Amino acid sequence: MKLAYWPGCVSRGFTPELHGSMNLVAPKLDLELVELDRANCCGAGVIAEHNQELADTLNARTFAMAQNVEGAVGMMNICSTCQGAQSECQERLDADGGYRDTINSTLSAENLSYQQHSEWWNKNFLWLLVEEIGLDKLRSKVVRPLEGMRIAPFYGCYIVRPTKRLGFADHPDRDHYLDYVIEALGAEPVEYAGSHKCCGFPVITMNRTTSLRQAGRHLADAIDAGADCLVTPCPLCHLNLDMQQPAAAQYVERDLDVPVLHLPQMVGLALGLEPKELGMNKHVVKTKSVQRKLAELAAA
Amino acid sequence: MPDYKLKIRRFNPESGEAAYWSEYDVQVDSERSVLKGILDARDQQDGSIGIRCSCQAAICGSCAVRINGKTSLACNTAIGEAQAKAGPGNPIVVEPMNNMPVIKDLIVDMDAVHWKKVQRVVPWLLPDGPPPEREYIVPAESMIDITQSMACIQCGACVGACLSLEADPEFVGPAALAKAYRFVGDPRDGQEAERLRDLAEDPHGMYDCTHCFACVEVCPKDVAPMNQIMRLRRRATSDFEIKDRNNGYGHEHAMVDMIEKWGTLHEAQMLPRSFGDGSMIKGQTEPGAVKQLVESLPTAVRGLKSGKVTIGKVLHHPKLPDQKNVKKIYEQIESKDERLELNLYIVGETGSEEQGAMSEGGGES
Repeated sequence: MKLAYWPGCVSRGFTPELHGSMNLVAPKLDLELVELDRANCCGAGVIAEHNQELADTLNARTFAMAQNVEGAVGMMNICSTCQGAQSECQERLDADGGYRDTINSTLSAENLSYQQHSEWWNKNFLWLLVEEIGLDKLRSKVVRPLEGMRIAPFYGCYIVRPTKRLGFADHPDRDHYLDYVIEALGAEPVEYAGSHKCCGFPVITMNRTTSLRQAGRHLADAIDAGADCLVTPCPLCHLNLDMQQPAAAQYVERDLDVPVLHLPQMVGLALGLEPKELGMNKHVVKTKSVQRKLAELAAA
Repeated sequence: MPDYKLKIRRFNPESGEAAYWSEYDVQVDSERSVLKGILDARDQQDGSIGIRCSCQAAICGSCAVRINGKTSLACNTAIGEAQAKAGPGNPIVVEPMNNMPVIKDLIVDMDAVHWKKVQRVVPWLLPDGPPPEREYIVPAESMIDITQSMACIQCGACVGACLSLEADPEFVGPAALAKAYRFVGDPRDGQEAERLRDLAEDPHGMYDCTHCFACVEVCPKDVAPMNQIMRLRRRATSDFEIKDRNNGYGHEHAMVDMIEKWGTLHEAQMLPRSFGDGSMIKGQTEPGAVKQLVESLPTAVRGLKSGKVTIGKVLHHPKLPDQKNVKKIYEQIESKDERLELNLYIVGETGSEEQGAMSEGGGES
């Protein structure tokens, strides 16, 4: 399956292990990724907050580049925040022809134009796994079932809300996909209060207490529910849940120390890739406990 | 008529007992509401169930509860759909809203939280100058922008669902901030700048919203409170250049300026720029910036130690190959006299291909 691929800024910045692991997992799932290396940041909702037309034009530019990738069946991203910010712009572009023409006239300087097609899509890797690859095919590729591992899903707001915008009418289970994938890989999904809540990242510079209380509580809830680790399809959630975890622990006044995996890392482990290749040594919270558990599984 | 099982969370703080669950089997048509089921259970089985309701037609906003975990008006949720969400064989779980103290069972104390916060934003018109002899005359189109926030029925569903409020009970919250925009956007109001400054400088004001869409998801009237908060921010930063102490201005400008410069985010500069006025050099001289930077140092050190952040990455960020094109887009759009905004609440989600209904969102202030 050939895909226009938008990795996002953070996966190439502070979470390089996400970008790296996706590149290793893709061929194992027969995905051919054509990276959109000329595309711009989605704006993460902040550019839309500043100027809606600017955000819509910048994302229409990315969509137009994706639509120009010959033979691609659609566009894939690996960031819940990109998914949310881009879906918001796409919703407006698709809703109104006059508005779309205005945006496209700005893009015409680059010979780009976003075309509305009901068949064209932009999907997070999580949605792609379930809807385009399929859980059966995913299961058939598993060489190292993650049996005995208890993994807490952390979805990230932007791919679960608002449901109206995010295609839940056609795919009502999208808020369960991470659980399905965890199961398909042989592990046990952990039910806990924070799975669909906010990691707090968007206000980390504006209200550190609100932000890190959110991250800390969800991590604590996952630990109390017996999670060996968390998994997230959003690198911004990862920044607050992993990179900020030692600080978050102070705000909830307890020890946390729970590893947080990126979605392609978890998939990669089950497909036989090694933790080091997947960049699991590049986390702030050490992933050794996960690696030990995997070694025990292999021995058993 | 089909049978449904309602599992209702019961609690009476005056009793001294802990909260508990009660289950009721009710027979209701599938298209009738969850509220009908609750009222039938109360009328026929247990008169002690506490539920507040009035119009039963999604107008009065009295009966917001949590149904299967999602905040909704009980009168506006079909019981058959609630069953489908709960899954076959499972009861429909009904609980009081979050973020507000329970008075009894499904009744929460709206005065203690919701109404107090609405009062906080001065929810009435504050016009400049003496009142006109008769009514205020304003062009009809100048009111379109605020019709969305005027649609609010004060049910408090967004307050119950707000994830920032869950972490910070002092947050002004989605309903009150949407109400604030109703007056900020009203051409008759004369205190736009003061209202914006007040909510921008409040550490629990417009910049305490974490952008999680929970309020947008649950609002029964499509007010999309978060969108109104974003409009407050847009007015505060772009129209009034309010450089608030919460870094709202700095954060927005950091992001917008960096994408204009590089096309993608230079994360290493995000914190220092945000802590100032959005710029890299001048940002460091802002009061408070250094203190906040020092506070963030452990995070930076952790990033470097883990190997995910490198010195090279901190010092150098590559431009996109066609960055000049991104810059041109910025120039073209930012040089317009008025911001172009498309509000789907007004034009409709399926769109209006012919009329292309757009509003000029800003600059008129």
